[in-house]
Amino acid sequence: MADATAHRRTIGTLLTARRGRGKLHWTDIFTYLYLAFGILLMFGPVVWLVLSSFKTPAGLLEFPPTLLPLGQISAEVEGYDKPLPIFRATLEDGTEMELAQVRRIGIVSQMVDPANPDQTYKVPISNRTPVREFRIASENYTEPLRKFNFGGYLWNSIIVTVVATAITLLINSMAAYGLSIYEFRGRNAIMIFVIGTLMIPITVILVPVYLVVTSLDMVNSLWAVILPGAATPTGVFLLRQYMLTLPRDLIEAARMDRASEWQIYWRVVLPLALPAIAVLAIFSIMWRWNDFLWPLIVLNRSEVYTLQLGLNAFQGELDVQWHYILAMTVVTLIPVVVVFGFLQRFITTGIASSGMK
Amino acid sequence: MSPKPSKTASEQLQAIAAWPLQMFFRLLDIPLRGIQKMGGIGSMPYVFLLPNLAFFGMFVIIPLFINFGFSLTGGTNLFLQDRVYVGGEQYSFLFECENYMVSATCQEDRFWKGIFNTAIFVLFQVTFLVIFSLITAIILNRKIRARGFFRAVFFFPVLLSPVVVALIWKWILLRDGILNAFLVTLGLDKILFFVSPEWAMFWAVFVSIWAHMGFYTLILLAGLQAIPPDLYEAAEMDGTSKERVFWRITLPLLWPNMLVVIVLALIKGVQIFDEVYVLTGGGPGTATQFIVQYIYNTGFTNQVQNFGLASASSVVLGVVLFVLTMLQLAATRRRNNG
Repeated sequence: MADATAHRRTIGTLLTARRGRGKLHWTDIFTYLYLAFGILLMFGPVVWLVLSSFKTPAGLLEFPPTLLPLGQISAEVEGYDKPLPIFRATLEDGTEMELAQVRRIGIVSQMVDPANPDQTYKVPISNRTPVREFRIASENYTEPLRKFNFGGYLWNSIIVTVVATAITLLINSMAAYGLSIYEFRGRNAIMIFVIGTLMIPITVILVPVYLVVTSLDMVNSLWAVILPGAATPTGVFLLRQYMLTLPRDLIEAARMDRASEWQIYWRVVLPLALPAIAVLAIFSIMWRWNDFLWPLIVLNRSEVYTLQLGLNAFQGELDVQWHYILAMTVVTLIPVVVVFGFLQRFITTGIASSGMK
Repeated sequence: MSPKPSKTASEQLQAIAAWPLQMFFRLLDIPLRGIQKMGGIGSMPYVFLLPNLAFFGMFVIIPLFINFGFSLTGGTNLFLQDRVYVGGEQYSFLFECENYMVSATCQEDRFWKGIFNTAIFVLFQVTFLVIFSLITAIILNRKIRARGFFRAVFFFPVLLSPVVVALIWKWILLRDGILNAFLVTLGLDKILFFVSPEWAMFWAVFVSIWAHMGFYTLILLAGLQAIPPDLYEAAEMDGTSKERVFWRITLPLLWPNMLVVIVLALIKGVQIFDEVYVLTGGGPGTATQFIVQYIYNTGFTNQVQNFGLASASSVVLGVVLFVLTMLQLAATRRRNNG
């Protein structure tokens, strides 16, 4: 009895949960409706993508689509080379049987009883429905790796992301160190210069950067993607702001111990700046993994495509093979989801504090 | 001497992974120590800055100047020495119109179509982006259950690549996609979303809002959390209605952040390309072709690569972005001072 009242009370408080005193305000109801709709709208499309990516090509063609991936059962029948699809057919006399379809001629389907292959039936196609079971088409994931070099695209994406992030972290942290630890002539001018480059997005200088990359003979090599974006004003700014907060005594003490400036940089300052470096590393990985317009311009041969370019080329083909595309989209999405799952706090505070992405 | 505490397996693994990094920095110390001996400490900041500035110079500053040079030349050669000087011809070609309000009367109608499309896109996208980011931020700032989870729900699309975002939605919007299946079960007709110019533009706006809203929500949420809670408490004591609290406290105090968000969204919106390019391909026809796609097509995909024209139009885009960035700086200064 006591249990029941306690139970009722929790449900009651849940339903009427509200801020402060007073009645349930319309904004409370709106809040929960909005959040429920938000989950549907933000997660729904991704869930639908993942569910669809496990469907067979035939399953994808169905209209209206089924929610879960279902595959038609097929069976080996004696006397036929290939496995035949199984249907539930209604015969002329009204009996229902599970039959295998041999071939279809117009609106009539020629069927055979799998248990008794000599017995054939002619059934109008309106009188048969496919027999299906829950089946995950994992070949959507494995075949593109073999057939279309998606493994190569994946590898290119990984190389670009890792190498570019390493270079970015190194040169950006060096520049930030120079700008935050030393007093020297021209420091403010350089800082303004760095912030100034923030105003020049790649969309404005596509042609001349292409000229530079061509002059360096890097078109259709991964370096053409890695190098132009390696020095990021965002990174320099972010790391400098952080390094400015580090205690100066540490650096002075290291100098007393006759450490070289380079040693102070990597033995004292870099380890202390690790939180800021982690934020920049996450940003850089996101930028590089998702990069599209610039790779589209400098990578024209499919051997050097990144995942994004491979996906784009694939979806632009005349005969779009959605079962492969959906699966590869999921593969492209996984690293981002994993990174986000582990580092959500880092990312959101990083963006909120710097106002950059 | 006390015995060393034995290392755990993961510590050992970390040590092994860090070893090449250690060697890298240690090897670099040899030449850099030499430079420090020769030039003194005073030369070291320049040494530290050199690599980054060299990259900036090579891939940003020099290109910026070449870009302007490019826009004054004609021909199809990429290398500057092979190009012919044509003065302002590219610009006058771009701006030659009988009636600036009708793109079809312009010499280069695709350029003007791109500008009009971008203007319409930015108008709707920024307006609704800001409105929905504001609503979401206010709701996430309330005392709700599982706030961290809901923040993640609205934020995660920000991290998805434009190609992935476009493909997710393309799959939903296809002729036999799930949205049309939904319409059919409601007894409505299927809609060919990518055949109608209006629908294509609608989904371009919708999908880009879906993808980027979380970012702006986060900035506004930080702004909301900076509003002192005692203001709200005082208002509640006085029995002020919630609507009044919103218009008199929340919005005025959030306004500096709103300005930053609006200008940032404008800067990003003007450069829209990736997700719409994959979603609609600029179509149907040129209905969703934006200014960046015009530059891309003119310079890189057309049979005759017209680098001069592409440069000239990117200079125009650069001028627009410069004005917007100045606005952003003014807005940021107001936020930090206010």
